[in-house]
Amino acid sequence: MDAITVAFAALYQFGDAFAFLVLSACGLAVIFGMMGVINLAHGEFIMCGAYVTVSGANAGLPLPLAILLGALVAAAVGALVERLVVRHLYERPLDTIVATWGLSLIATQGTLIVLGSTMAGIGTPLGSFQIGGYSYSVYRLVLFVMAIVVLAGLYVLFNWTRFGVMARATIQVPHMAAALGVDTRSVYSRTFALGAGLAGLTGGLYAPTMTLVPTMGTTFIMEAFVTVVVGGADVFLGTAPAAVILAIVKSAMTSWQGQLFGQIGLLLAVIVVIRVLPKGISGFLLRERA
Amino acid sequence: MVNETLLSTKGLRAGYGGKPVLQGLDLDVRKGEIVAVIGRNGVGKSTLMKSLIGLIPSMEGSILYRGQPIDALPAHKRARLGIGYVPQGRDVFPRLSVAENMAVGELRHAASDTERERVLDYFPILRERWSQRAGTMSGGQQQQLAIARVLIADPELILLDEPSEGIQPNIVQDIARIMVELNRSTGVTVVLVEQNIDMIRAMAQRCYVLDKGRIVAALDRDALADGEAMRRHLAV
Repeated sequence: MDAITVAFAALYQFGDAFAFLVLSACGLAVIFGMMGVINLAHGEFIMCGAYVTVSGANAGLPLPLAILLGALVAAAVGALVERLVVRHLYERPLDTIVATWGLSLIATQGTLIVLGSTMAGIGTPLGSFQIGGYSYSVYRLVLFVMAIVVLAGLYVLFNWTRFGVMARATIQVPHMAAALGVDTRSVYSRTFALGAGLAGLTGGLYAPTMTLVPTMGTTFIMEAFVTVVVGGADVFLGTAPAAVILAIVKSAMTSWQGQLFGQIGLLLAVIVVIRVLPKGISGFLLRERA
Repeated sequence: MVNETLLSTKGLRAGYGGKPVLQGLDLDVRKGEIVAVIGRNGVGKSTLMKSLIGLIPSMEGSILYRGQPIDALPAHKRARLGIGYVPQGRDVFPRLSVAENMAVGELRHAASDTERERVLDYFPILRERWSQRAGTMSGGQQQQLAIARVLIADPELILLDEPSEGIQPNIVQDIARIMVELNRSTGVTVVLVEQNIDMIRAMAQRCYVLDKGRIVAALDRDALADGEAMRRHLAV
């Protein structure tokens, strides 16, 4: 094995872990960072996106369109959940956790009853390529690119658009945003739908690589929460750097001792970061800049 | 025009957590006036301002704006009717730049370049600090931003809550001068809550005295000039 082969293998592992962390966490991070709501049904929005994507693809939609449909359906369900449940609990953050956890149980069990214990999946598209005797999936590179696209898209949305300025004003001083004409309720509602839609997008993107079961959301949940906890409340200053650090830890531990140690490494990293930076990476960066 | 009532409250009761701070408050503000509301700490001045803009709900009585009750409207809809609120403590968005703070002000009324330049001409410091985070500016600069952020939407009524608090005297004078100038040139109506006698005298045409959630006196311009009476109302 020459140096380039080793370097590429390491880079590929890192990219794969980074994409999984970013895509798992982004929807959760948007809802937590912008609204302070901890959405325990996050995994089920991912599941929703995956199921819709696979159904769409099986019905003959091209995969990219099926994924988009998955994201849109998850966003619509998110808007509905916000209106029916979350909106009534903004003053009661702990109750929101219980309520979204309840929704998560209902969604998992409901899917099990209605659609059965598993759903026929679709294969991973785009095939593979070889470097130095190792075979790599092209689709995993697409996932990495998509993770970057999602981060860049969120950056543009929150920094360069009217909605972005309204949303950031609303999280910083909600009553003042309202007093300046911002319909804060609509901002919260759209933000929740955005977070749910991002979760759906993640489900759609990973659907071709996984077995579809009603509990598939839990696959993403640990990574999602670890990334948000390490990152803190800010998507850009938190989620992105947290995903870089955690991806390095995870890919290094995984290639050293396998999947299980990769997971253990993530949990250890969280414990260390929380000891040193109680408000996560973004809390630390914002304090330094203030 | 001159005597047309722009804003009035009738028997207004409002407060926090079911406890009214305002105990049946009646006031009238005519179009184009600068009216001050004075009173000691804790008599309900800021509560009045918050209930006028809609940050706390009316419990009883009503608030009329251009003759229409606005009690049922949430704050953002009142803002879109042309009411600009400059709160006590300024409440700029600390992690947004000056430009972005202004952009939030512009959401309900997209300002033309000329309008924006005119507002910035009053507060040139904001032009210098255009891309700086608002939270890193001094109190006086934040106060200017809070006022400019409201002016950019070309309001019909400005609710100005203790603009002099914690700000150096020369900036207080500037703000008073600018508000009077704007009032003369655009006819904007101002309700000013203030403790600073000099600022009240520099700006207000008349004045209500608030005590225990009620209006207990209305002073005209001559009474405002009477230093002894003013001190009594503010300091008792």
